[in-house]
Amino acid sequence: MKLTVWTYEGPPHVGAMRVATAMKGLHYVLHAPQGDTYADLLFTMIERRNHRPPVTYTTFQARDLGSDTAHLFKGACLEAYERFKPEAILVGASCTAELIQDDPGGMSETLGLPVPAIPLELPSYQRKENFGADEAFFQIVKALARPVEKTSHVTANLIGPTALGFRHRDDITELTALLSDMGIGVNVVAPYDATPRDIARLGAAHFNVLMYPETAETAARYLEREFGQPYTKTIPIGVGATRDFVSEIAKITGRNAALDEARLRMPWYSASVDSTYLTGKRVFLFGDGTHVAACARVARDEMGFEVVGMGCYNREQARLIRGLAKEFGVDPLITDDYLEVERRIEELAPEMILGTQMERHIGKRLGIPCAVISAPVHVQDFPARYSPQMGIEGANVIFDTWVHPLVMGLEEHLLTMFREDFEFHDDAGASHHGGKAKLREMGITEPETPAESVDMTTSGPVEIVWLPAAEKELKKIPFFVRGKAKRNTETYATERGVAEISVDTLYEAKAHYAR
Amino acid sequence: MTDRFAPPPSKGCSATPVLKERGQHEVFCGLTGIIWLHRKMQDAFFLVVGSRTCAHLLQSAAGVMIFAEPRFATAILEETDLAGLADAQVEIDRVVTELLERRPDIKQLFLVGSCPSEVIKLDLATAAERLSAQFAPSVRVLSYSGSGIETTFTQGEDACLAAMVPVLPKTDARELLLVGALPDVVEEQAVGLLEAMGIGPIRVLPAPGRDSEYGIGPNTVYALTQPFLTDTHEALQRRGARHLAAPFPFGEEGTTQWLWTIAREFGVSAEKFAEVTDAPRARARKAVSQASEALNGRSVFFFPDSQLEIPLARFLTRECGMQAVEVGAPFIHRAVMAPDMDLLAEGPVIAEGQDVDKQLDRCRAARPDLTVCGLGLANPLEAEGLTTKWAIELVFTPVHFYEQAGDLAGLFSRPVRRRDLLKLEAAE
Repeated sequence: MKLTVWTYEGPPHVGAMRVATAMKGLHYVLHAPQGDTYADLLFTMIERRNHRPPVTYTTFQARDLGSDTAHLFKGACLEAYERFKPEAILVGASCTAELIQDDPGGMSETLGLPVPAIPLELPSYQRKENFGADEAFFQIVKALARPVEKTSHVTANLIGPTALGFRHRDDITELTALLSDMGIGVNVVAPYDATPRDIARLGAAHFNVLMYPETAETAARYLEREFGQPYTKTIPIGVGATRDFVSEIAKITGRNAALDEARLRMPWYSASVDSTYLTGKRVFLFGDGTHVAACARVARDEMGFEVVGMGCYNREQARLIRGLAKEFGVDPLITDDYLEVERRIEELAPEMILGTQMERHIGKRLGIPCAVISAPVHVQDFPARYSPQMGIEGANVIFDTWVHPLVMGLEEHLLTMFREDFEFHDDAGASHHGGKAKLREMGITEPETPAESVDMTTSGPVEIVWLPAAEKELKKIPFFVRGKAKRNTETYATERGVAEISVDTLYEAKAHYAR
Repeated sequence: MTDRFAPPPSKGCSATPVLKERGQHEVFCGLTGIIWLHRKMQDAFFLVVGSRTCAHLLQSAAGVMIFAEPRFATAILEETDLAGLADAQVEIDRVVTELLERRPDIKQLFLVGSCPSEVIKLDLATAAERLSAQFAPSVRVLSYSGSGIETTFTQGEDACLAAMVPVLPKTDARELLLVGALPDVVEEQAVGLLEAMGIGPIRVLPAPGRDSEYGIGPNTVYALTQPFLTDTHEALQRRGARHLAAPFPFGEEGTTQWLWTIAREFGVSAEKFAEVTDAPRARARKAVSQASEALNGRSVFFFPDSQLEIPLARFLTRECGMQAVEVGAPFIHRAVMAPDMDLLAEGPVIAEGQDVDKQLDRCRAARPDLTVCGLGLANPLEAEGLTTKWAIELVFTPVHFYEQAGDLAGLFSRPVRRRDLLKLEAAE
């Protein structure tokens, strides 16, 4: 048993639902008890889908367990076919049905359905959502893709985008345009908006663009093996990666690398003097492996941040993140335990978090700004406006999104200069964010600092003590750099065996770390 | 006391044949109740013994994640637990010990059964007894099932409260017990009105904390504030307590009848009752009539969800001028539902259980002006041009008693008004 408060990923059958819901003309018959239908609202509410996910739940109850749950499954399967007339049916079990071992796959074969029934074996007690999506898509491709003649002009499939994905909808549009600029057509996008008939003609493309390894890597490998389609390894998030992506495609197709950069504003925005204040901002990245890896590069090379830590929740990408963390000289954190992530962030005291909705909550609690870069998603991650992460426009969007949570350059200076202004102070927050600034009562002296010094250190072999005057001085430092100042000072003191931090220690450390 | 209301219908829907359906149920399981129960009982922790699906449901049903560490968690069963490689009871002890070390503020712990734990027949009752003995007196451990194979949505609260009834001490005191986890503001209003009539002492189940608990006995009389508390009702009867059956306190009429039933039991005079209730009744009537303007003459269709459907249909038809087309409820327990069914005029289809696709067919054919349904159906029906009210909000919002009667009508009228308001066509 594992004690869990929040989870980054749902169970594997939810991953399969993300594939089924993204597709058209496909129906998923899920052997499941009442209550598992909660998953429908992820799609209808978070993603605001205007149709129900194409899923039939058999809804067995306690009283059915003694008698015949298999009969229920068969009935549900036949009725679903009659009502929805799908081109193909997925059959599988949720976690509870897995325990009663009714074998939906075997049963579906005996029903004589006139369309393909694709069985899914998703081990609910071992694997999670991303595995479920990857496996479901792979099984669909394996069952339906047929050898077909390649298209006469150069085309690609875009594979990986699913329902409930982080900006998948807009990434498709962006990449379709990017390929079009290179004279490459899109054969099929899958699973997003694809029908089983579309899956059958995946083999007509000359290569595959693997947009999200989390959901389509197994299918990409299969298609490479079976249909000789190479697939792209670069994830085109950020300017550099987009340029690399174009070169990779040029290499695969033998066409000239062409990238229309007319709309690309990100590099200039990042170079302009207003962005100087971004230099060396300490950021921590957490999310799915793919987005974290791509965003780490953007953070360091395109925004000029200092990456102080990174990690991912999906073990499937652990190797990627470990390798990258080594290159960046930071400790990788591979965990799906939200509390562990929170502890690491507290420890590192970054100035900004690039994470998921979970880290956004951690950031809110710790007073650290956060921009969201990865699933798991929230209703806010489905904006009405066009907002991709990939390609040229994706880079522009990333610049805006990451800068927004921060206190802006000049405002940062003003906070430092007039830190005890009654309406312009630490607790007031950044002025371009909503919410009423709290006015601070001035002229009221802070409660007397206790005579003995306070132990403020979080860790360390030596007991380091902040003297009252130093502690008071620390409080004068604006909140968005206070964590860094405290940490630097303590590191400085530890390295020098200083047990008591005075105002002088604080400023010596400041001078030491000046850049 | 009911003189100001429309006369009860000559024939209520008690005798209406019920359309019983089974098929796909588009409802939550009982685990969902943890979302509000853990806020209500501030010294309680809810530990679900289940799968990743259970954890994912709790997090998704909460809609937004609650700040910091919530007072609920899931002990996720893993392959080793299922293969019998790990002794599940030993594992539960380990997880609970770990949890209580981290949260010394916890005074009561609920082990909550789920679909997988029920299917593998994990005995949580024995575990709770053993752990209770181990951690007494600082922590009391109880168990109940919130599994989808046994409970629907609000039945989780019922199962939780029913589990608490047997451990309450015995008393012979004549006391009034109000049953149901209400928002604090609503609970205080109810207690305030009853105390103003001279009724007391008044107890509430669930009590806000273990240190404010009380006894149950043959002189306890109780009133249910929620229609889904049927197991709790039976558990209280087994303790010798007596039920005061009344329509549920939604709207001016429901609230008045509910209060009057209790007042009569405690010998409150009609004058005293009027003195206490006249002013809030007038306010409720005014608020409902304003908020229900958009509802008057319109039709409503209820998908089964929270078990509040029948009392709410009674409120909407008798106080807001609506016509009910179909009233679906997950289950219909006559002993607690009869007073509301007597007031709901015959006419609408009364449905129990669900076959969601067939029910959607009926709904589309009826084209009601307002459809009350769960979150999985609301946006798809809106996209088909139907106006919907998502039902879970009725459970999460203060809607009981006089001062909330207008808000309750407002919850239904807002989507109707919104549809009338939005104008996206070109002006010409």
